[in-house]
Amino acid sequence: MTQDLVRSLFAAEFDNSILDRMDDSATFELEGRLAFTTDCHVVSPYFFPGGDIGRLALTGTVNDLAMTGAFPLYVAAGFIIEEGFPRESLGRIARSMQEAAAEARVQVVAGDTKVVERGAADGIFITTSGLGLVPPGVNITGSAASPGDVVILSGTVGDHGVAVMSRREGMRFETAIESDCAPLGELVRRMLSASDRVRVLRDPTRGGLAAALNEIAASSGVAIEIDEASLPLKPEVGAACEVLGLDPLTLANEGKLVAMVDPEDAGRVLAAMKTSPMGAAAAVIGTVERADRPRVYVRTAAGSRRALMMPSGEQLPRIC
Amino acid sequence: MPLPPLPYLDDFRDRGLVRSLLADLEERFSQPVKVMEICGTHTMAVSRHGLRQAVPENLSLISGPGCPVCVTSNRDIDTFIEMAMRPEVIAATFGDMLRVPGTRTGLAEARSRGADVRVVYSTLDALAVARKNPGREVVFFGVGFETTAPTVAAAIAEAAASGLSNFSVFSAHKTMPPALEALSAAPGLSIDAYLCPGHVSAIIGPDAYAPVVSEHGIPCVIAGFEPVDILQALIMIAAQLVEGKASVEVQYSRGVGPGGNPAARDMMELIFEPCDAEWRGLGTIPESGLAIRHQFAGHDATRRFEVDVSWSQEPRGCICGAILTGRKNPRDCDLFGRACLPEKPVGPCMVSSEGTCAAYYQYEI
Repeated sequence: MTQDLVRSLFAAEFDNSILDRMDDSATFELEGRLAFTTDCHVVSPYFFPGGDIGRLALTGTVNDLAMTGAFPLYVAAGFIIEEGFPRESLGRIARSMQEAAAEARVQVVAGDTKVVERGAADGIFITTSGLGLVPPGVNITGSAASPGDVVILSGTVGDHGVAVMSRREGMRFETAIESDCAPLGELVRRMLSASDRVRVLRDPTRGGLAAALNEIAASSGVAIEIDEASLPLKPEVGAACEVLGLDPLTLANEGKLVAMVDPEDAGRVLAAMKTSPMGAAAAVIGTVERADRPRVYVRTAAGSRRALMMPSGEQLPRIC
Repeated sequence: MPLPPLPYLDDFRDRGLVRSLLADLEERFSQPVKVMEICGTHTMAVSRHGLRQAVPENLSLISGPGCPVCVTSNRDIDTFIEMAMRPEVIAATFGDMLRVPGTRTGLAEARSRGADVRVVYSTLDALAVARKNPGREVVFFGVGFETTAPTVAAAIAEAAASGLSNFSVFSAHKTMPPALEALSAAPGLSIDAYLCPGHVSAIIGPDAYAPVVSEHGIPCVIAGFEPVDILQALIMIAAQLVEGKASVEVQYSRGVGPGGNPAARDMMELIFEPCDAEWRGLGTIPESGLAIRHQFAGHDATRRFEVDVSWSQEPRGCICGAILTGRKNPRDCDLFGRACLPEKPVGPCMVSSEGTCAAYYQYEI
């Protein structure tokens, strides 16, 4: 069964000269500074508006590479599949993974598949690892934010979180919102060609913008203030959040990035972002400040500032 | 359920309007004034929109007992967890209760120890679980005020009508007017005015606050939950205080009609009857709870599952009780932000999405 899957389904879908050799490991030439990452994906449900676990697994990893300024090149994928998982669903997942790989201009060059007993996994789990090449001179890290830097967000927040939640068992609601799940390598390339003073890049996935900004503030030892009114937010996402009692700032995004950029270059970077479909709704949302201890603040409609904390635990809808 | 955009939201958060209301408010408080926002959703909104810092210095906004999860006593939480631990029981609850600590354990921990605890998003989902599992007993944790109780009542009515005998409710519901009466009569609190809950009032109607106004002379203004709503309500309160009068006024007129919602009240009346209830922080308040009427005893979990929680006690060192009555603020608590954190809460006020400690921790720390 597994052998058959590998040959007929995955090898056919991910078809490329490195994978086709079917050796025990993929071999290729690379020279320069490498970026290497891995990510496990266990989303439920595995098909959601705007994507599925395959697209998510691919983009999640290439985006992690892109957030260090790397050009994503190769991906390895591990599949843990529950016995009885529909073959047709698996085909759909593999296909959308390959589509995302083509968009991201990466190749899936290695993989492994295990089928486990019914009940030992929830449908399908996918782990992807990715390798990328960091261009010379690029040094992007979460610890590089400095006071005065401008905070830029590449688009609307919370789309993925709401899209997935709208299909979750027990709380289905109709919405036109689709996941923003998309590779960001191209957007990053445009930003880096516009400026060599992009200091931090982070994709606000699990925990949303709140988690990403808190992590950056902690690594860089700075405070970050964002302006609530400047946050790009789709009205439907805002409405869903109001009804369910969720904060869009803590919802996951899968095709957005937040950047800290030197103030002199911010205009240029923003303009470059807007030339990409992934950054069409990009906006300046805040600034980095000097601080005794790392903090994130939101400037509210009342003109006062409130704290934005690291989200904790799962997001649970409220009683009333 | 189609979910339309809520375009008016932006208007109620309009920066220009908010600033002009704040400027108006600035001139209205020459004396220190204490306004209690009773409702947990108001507490959250005040914190989230930074209103506590933005209003005039003379105006203190203190938080009241309007978070249903928070006022639920440890005895009730322990009782439900004991029910949940029975092998035949599927415990159904709203997500809010999952992480609330009881005396020995919380529901989330009970679940990891084998209890079958299901998070539902409406009481109708709990009915569906009961239908799907005819061999098991589904017990729903009824926590909430007049906003939630009618929906639970409707579920019980539905279960009774359709002969769904494996569905029962542990009712820890509470009603707001008796709590306000108790707060108003409490010595040493000296609250100058109440910002009354929008959603509860949409059910009970403005007249429910008449006794507070007539007997205690405390102004009551029913407010919506957006910054513009809250600020406008505070201006209405200021006007009453200046004139030296006390009346019930409705700022949230788009949600609260003069008679409230009689259909929802009838449904509550059909299923529940008033009973004495224990509130965290306020103690036992006569006639402030909702017990399931005798005719529906088959759907009353307290009658069906006997559990012993004589060991139940309130968490040590936790001042949730004093916070819920506006006597203390979370920063007065030695545990706040140190031993008591959202991921490791000592008391419910830190874990509920409407809890005062959660609001302060999340937005005002």
